[in-house]
Amino acid sequence: MSDLQQFIFGRLTWQDFIHEPIMAGAGIGMIVALIALIGLVTYLKKWKWLWKNWLTTLDPKKIGVMYLIVSVIMLLRGGADALLVRAQQVVNNSNGVELLNSDHFQQIFTAHGSIMIFFVAMGLIFALFNMIVPQQIGARDVAYPFLNSVSFWLFAAGMILINAPMIVGEFSTAGWLAYPPLSGLEYSPGVGVDYWIWSLQIAGIGSLLSGVNFFMTIIKMRAPGMKMMMMPIFTWSVFVTVLLIMTVFPILTVSLGLLSLDRLMDMHFFTTDAGGNPMLYINLIWAWGHPEVYILVLPAFGVFSEVVSTFSSKKIFGYTSMVFALIAIAFFSFVVWLHHFFTMGAGANVNTFFGITTMIIAIPTGVKVFNWIFTMYRGRVRFTTPMLWFMGFVVTFTIGGLTGVMLSVPPADFQFHNSLFLVAHFHNMIIGGVVFGVFSAITYWFPKFTGFKLHEGLGKAAFWCWLIGFILAFGPLYILGFMGAVRRLDHYDPSLGWEGLFIVAAVGVVTIGLGVAFQLLQVTVSIINRKKYKVGPDPWGARTLEWATATPPAEYVFATTPQVKSRDEFWAMKQEGRSFSKKYEDVWLPKNSSVGLLIGLLATGFGLAVVWHMWWAVLLTFVAIVVILVIRLTNDDTEMKLSAEEIARHEAALQRRAA
Amino acid sequence: MTTRAKEIAETQERKSLGLWVYLMTDCMLFGALFATFATLNTHVGVFGGPSGADLFNLKFVLVETMLLLTSSFTIGLAYLCATRGFKAQSMFWLISTFLLGASFLALELWEFNQLAAEGHGWWSSAFLSAYFVLVGTHGAHIAVGLIWMAVVIFRLLQRNFKQTDVQRLSLLSLFWHFLDIIWIFIFSFVYLIGGMS
Repeated sequence: MSDLQQFIFGRLTWQDFIHEPIMAGAGIGMIVALIALIGLVTYLKKWKWLWKNWLTTLDPKKIGVMYLIVSVIMLLRGGADALLVRAQQVVNNSNGVELLNSDHFQQIFTAHGSIMIFFVAMGLIFALFNMIVPQQIGARDVAYPFLNSVSFWLFAAGMILINAPMIVGEFSTAGWLAYPPLSGLEYSPGVGVDYWIWSLQIAGIGSLLSGVNFFMTIIKMRAPGMKMMMMPIFTWSVFVTVLLIMTVFPILTVSLGLLSLDRLMDMHFFTTDAGGNPMLYINLIWAWGHPEVYILVLPAFGVFSEVVSTFSSKKIFGYTSMVFALIAIAFFSFVVWLHHFFTMGAGANVNTFFGITTMIIAIPTGVKVFNWIFTMYRGRVRFTTPMLWFMGFVVTFTIGGLTGVMLSVPPADFQFHNSLFLVAHFHNMIIGGVVFGVFSAITYWFPKFTGFKLHEGLGKAAFWCWLIGFILAFGPLYILGFMGAVRRLDHYDPSLGWEGLFIVAAVGVVTIGLGVAFQLLQVTVSIINRKKYKVGPDPWGARTLEWATATPPAEYVFATTPQVKSRDEFWAMKQEGRSFSKKYEDVWLPKNSSVGLLIGLLATGFGLAVVWHMWWAVLLTFVAIVVILVIRLTNDDTEMKLSAEEIARHEAALQRRAA
Repeated sequence: MTTRAKEIAETQERKSLGLWVYLMTDCMLFGALFATFATLNTHVGVFGGPSGADLFNLKFVLVETMLLLTSSFTIGLAYLCATRGFKAQSMFWLISTFLLGASFLALELWEFNQLAAEGHGWWSSAFLSAYFVLVGTHGAHIAVGLIWMAVVIFRLLQRNFKQTDVQRLSLLSLFWHFLDIIWIFIFSFVYLIGGMS
């Protein structure tokens, strides 16, 4: 390779575009889908619409929808990875059939874990933050609308980087948390770990900025009268979540940064020589990683609190204890990280401390579960799809919680550690908790944003497929874990007799896949028949402020600033026959900005350039980001006026349409 | 006050508080780096290689510290002058701050260069990796602060101390003070404790 070529392309060569059949197929499929999408937008002449209404928007409702779309696409990608993992374990290289070679298998499970956590679960909760929180606290916008768009586009940049290896290069084989020394230069010299680092680093910075944004939104933008202890529980859960995000995401930034410096600049943080310490990485990454799982699940708790209360037609049971349970969970989440590596050998005293703190978390969580059940008690419960997801959650999450308590006992953990028992446990929490929570939320809030409900029958079919599929897919994993099956297992000796259980697990994954198919069908059918499923602004008999506005909400959401008097403000308004004031005033909304999109694109370029060692491009993209940020941040003209007359006219039109 | 004026004031207040909150997250970032340093610092004994006591020149670091502390004082003066409409004085103090900050950064880079030239670069031991990254991250923040300051100076001159630009100066001042506090910790933990043991 000539010097010039190396200067321009770094370590990129034509060879890096050549992949084995399955990956090449996926990569080509991705490119074809992208070209088809671009063709479709061009054919429908929708570029201007796309640019004005979506790509450059600073409206949190729309940014939320974009988070949702990206996350759902990533759910399909991560789901396909899961299918491949299980298929390989069923085929098990028997009769000489090798579905995935060992290296490709490692790449796929690493991608599955990383994508599901960072680009599905995180994306989905940010979608909910954006769509629900401002409306629930009676605000028109988040604290920093422009920053919000930057956060989204950094998330999108990370998403592109984690999918890029399907086209060029390879992905990490070091697992979703990339433990050194395996992830160090010595054992992973290729681009895979770098892709992993920079995808997460860029998306992680976006998450941190979102955290600050929503913290400030909740602290500063609540409608007059809404004290902290009057906020809906969902908003409370988001508040506690963003506190966690702000505290721990910088630690992720540091862990990834130091790992990257080890790889790029020959440093010795986590190497096995020159005084480096791989266990330091594992401590750091779990100091982020454990709170992270609460970052994912607390918003789901918030969703269920709203759903149970609405569909039981009762106020939430034990509001204050719910809030303090959230805070207690958040607090304890900081002091349990070592339970992820009891086997490190920190000694009996240290392990005991972390074992006990871990068990304590079960108490506030139990408080929440009982409060939800007491909310249903003597309520007029309606068994709609969101409520089914809730009840499925109570069952699966409680099972997951119990196996979690088993794992928290250090001597027992030496047996469970790194086994499929653990894998089953955390899928129990993340699917049964986060994913069910988000599905419940989507079904619940869907009519708020579209004006029509989702098809109930198909929703219920999807729910049962997910629940049964989930039990089939992860039940056997608990048993296999006891039998000694470990994670990252691409094949095993057939004489172990694990095949039957792996087949059951694969059937479970297919059943979940069927559930996803039902959901896609549900959305399609509902959109086609949207006139038939049309509903008014309050389809569920809801209790919180976001339901008090038009459906779908106007750009300015609240025509006048609400004056809050009650915890369940909308419920109180309905009971007391109150409505919003009609004294319209001018409203200022942020102008569209393409800077967020631009930063996202440049960050993608920056990531690719670092991964491939194209140093000139690293410098160029970095300087470009700084320059456009300076230009944007010294600009004072970023808002536009919506006059009182315009609002009055728009509100009148909304009234006519509703009547 | 009209509703709009109140809104603008609230937006401004939100920006200051938001930056402060962001700086607290930055504190966590430095916290993780300090923890890393504290861990790897102790590995010197096991692994060998030079320790802080062998490498640091405390008098030199004291000069750096004085430069940075003074710059924190001058940026405070710059902001106070700007809010009272003393434009020339404000500009004088701002430029002084910039020069002090730039000298600090130059000294730090010189120190880094010196260490690397003697063969004690970031590649030679875990302790030195941690040292370079912790101190270097602070230095990178100073560099960001200097770019920010250059932009603020340019805008203040260009738009003749427009209210919004003075508010930007207040945010910069908050950031600059924060870097000072971090430096106090670096000075105490890395140089004083590390340099004497």
